[in-house]
Amino acid sequence: MALSYVFETPVSGFNFENSTRNAGLESLLGDTKVKAPRPLKTGTTIAGVVYKDGVVLGADTRATSSEVVADKMCAKIHYIAPNIYCCGAGTAADTEKTTELLSSNLTIFSMNSGRNPRLTMAANILQDMLFRYRGQIGANLILGGVDCTGNHLYTVGPYGDMDKVPYLAMGSGDLAAMGILEDRFKPNMGIEDAKVLVRDAIHAGIMSDLGSGNNIDICVITKEGVDYIRPYQESEFKDKRQRKYKYKPGTTPVLVENVIRLEVDLVEETIQKMETA
Amino acid sequence: MCLWCLSESTTAFLPFQTTILAVKFNGGVIIGSDSRASMGGSYVSSKTINKLIQVHDRIFCCIAGSLADAQAVTKMAKFQLSFHSIQMESPPLVKAAASVMKELCYSNKEELQAGFITAGWDRKKGPQVYTVSLGGMLLSQPFTIGGSGSTYIYGYVDAKYKPDMSREECLQFATNALALAIGRDNVSGGVVHLVVITEDGVEHVVIPGDKLPKFHDE
Repeated sequence: MALSYVFETPVSGFNFENSTRNAGLESLLGDTKVKAPRPLKTGTTIAGVVYKDGVVLGADTRATSSEVVADKMCAKIHYIAPNIYCCGAGTAADTEKTTELLSSNLTIFSMNSGRNPRLTMAANILQDMLFRYRGQIGANLILGGVDCTGNHLYTVGPYGDMDKVPYLAMGSGDLAAMGILEDRFKPNMGIEDAKVLVRDAIHAGIMSDLGSGNNIDICVITKEGVDYIRPYQESEFKDKRQRKYKYKPGTTPVLVENVIRLEVDLVEETIQKMETA
Repeated sequence: MCLWCLSESTTAFLPFQTTILAVKFNGGVIIGSDSRASMGGSYVSSKTINKLIQVHDRIFCCIAGSLADAQAVTKMAKFQLSFHSIQMESPPLVKAAASVMKELCYSNKEELQAGFITAGWDRKKGPQVYTVSLGGMLLSQPFTIGGSGSTYIYGYVDAKYKPDMSREECLQFATNALALAIGRDNVSGGVVHLVVITEDGVEHVVIPGDKLPKFHDE
């Protein structure tokens, strides 16, 4: 392993040093109570629906780390472009970084070409990238948006398979959500019907899946713009904090103060002139 | 069990859970497939997946196997054929398209899990049907069937195929074959997609599941 201050040119492909280190550490700890932290998965319900004037995307807001809820208000609908948003299920870090990378690339593309990005381009870029990593990036994505060719909804899986669909649900709660969508989806719905349908689908996922929960976020994308409603609906099981948990300075009394001076010797001094002319 | 645990699945779609076929007739080819994509043999992940991919103006590919791998290979083939046709200043031969798929499948046979049927029309040899198997074998045949549903219709196609059929006869033949396979294979279903490729152009025929011919079903 390289020393930390030596700059190395990045080697292509994945760096698996940490996973070998983790495996070594876990075997060292043996069967004691301490276990390596699990990757944060979003154990999610996400859904998307194409309606008459655009696309509605919805997601729950729970992020879990094994059995613990790590984030109660996690944002799973990611910004890609002014007219494109993406819901992500799977490993939280992977969905976050993949969508950020896509967003940066599309911004550069629109600056270079002077054109607004299209859904099909975003979906193709995602497909290429995820296929290249052969499923190691755990990102199940629902891409939705409106561009000059119309309203579209794409899904991209972690292995790089892509499909264009009028409605879809993904994540651990997808079976429950798909039931609602299959029953009530109609082409060319109105905006209120579409929002209620997506909300009901996510709600079904939250009720039937342990990995989904808390609030529901909805994102409505139309030709005119984007309405990101966060949260669209708050969880009815929200707890109210009993008291404040912030402590004023001085709450903890200082008993003893001990100052130790560190003796440091000046070994070498170099001056580098900066050319400011 | 979380359906999205990466450790559980090795490919997004299990191999060959489909029925695909291609048949030559007098003046063209018909290439067809069902539209069901299944995950783990028990969940239909898509009822309307498109397995007929156009790689050039008069050349189509039918995919079987892992959807991700098949989509990646056909994208690559589309690009290579388009480039090839610009360089040659004429449309590519169907054999060239099939060879491109074969190269990709054979060179990457360890990583890929996808098989193809390539069919189309070109000026030199007219209508042709090629099959590219999982490991990269390339075969030219007058008609070919593939996928898990094909095992149920080998008898039917062997008995009923005639060389030099008319367009209508061939459409009926392909529809019947797919209907029989869908009737017996649980991982094939949905609608029947057929594409008729001739010198004059390409025509899509979609037959919904309830309009398929029935064979002693009631």
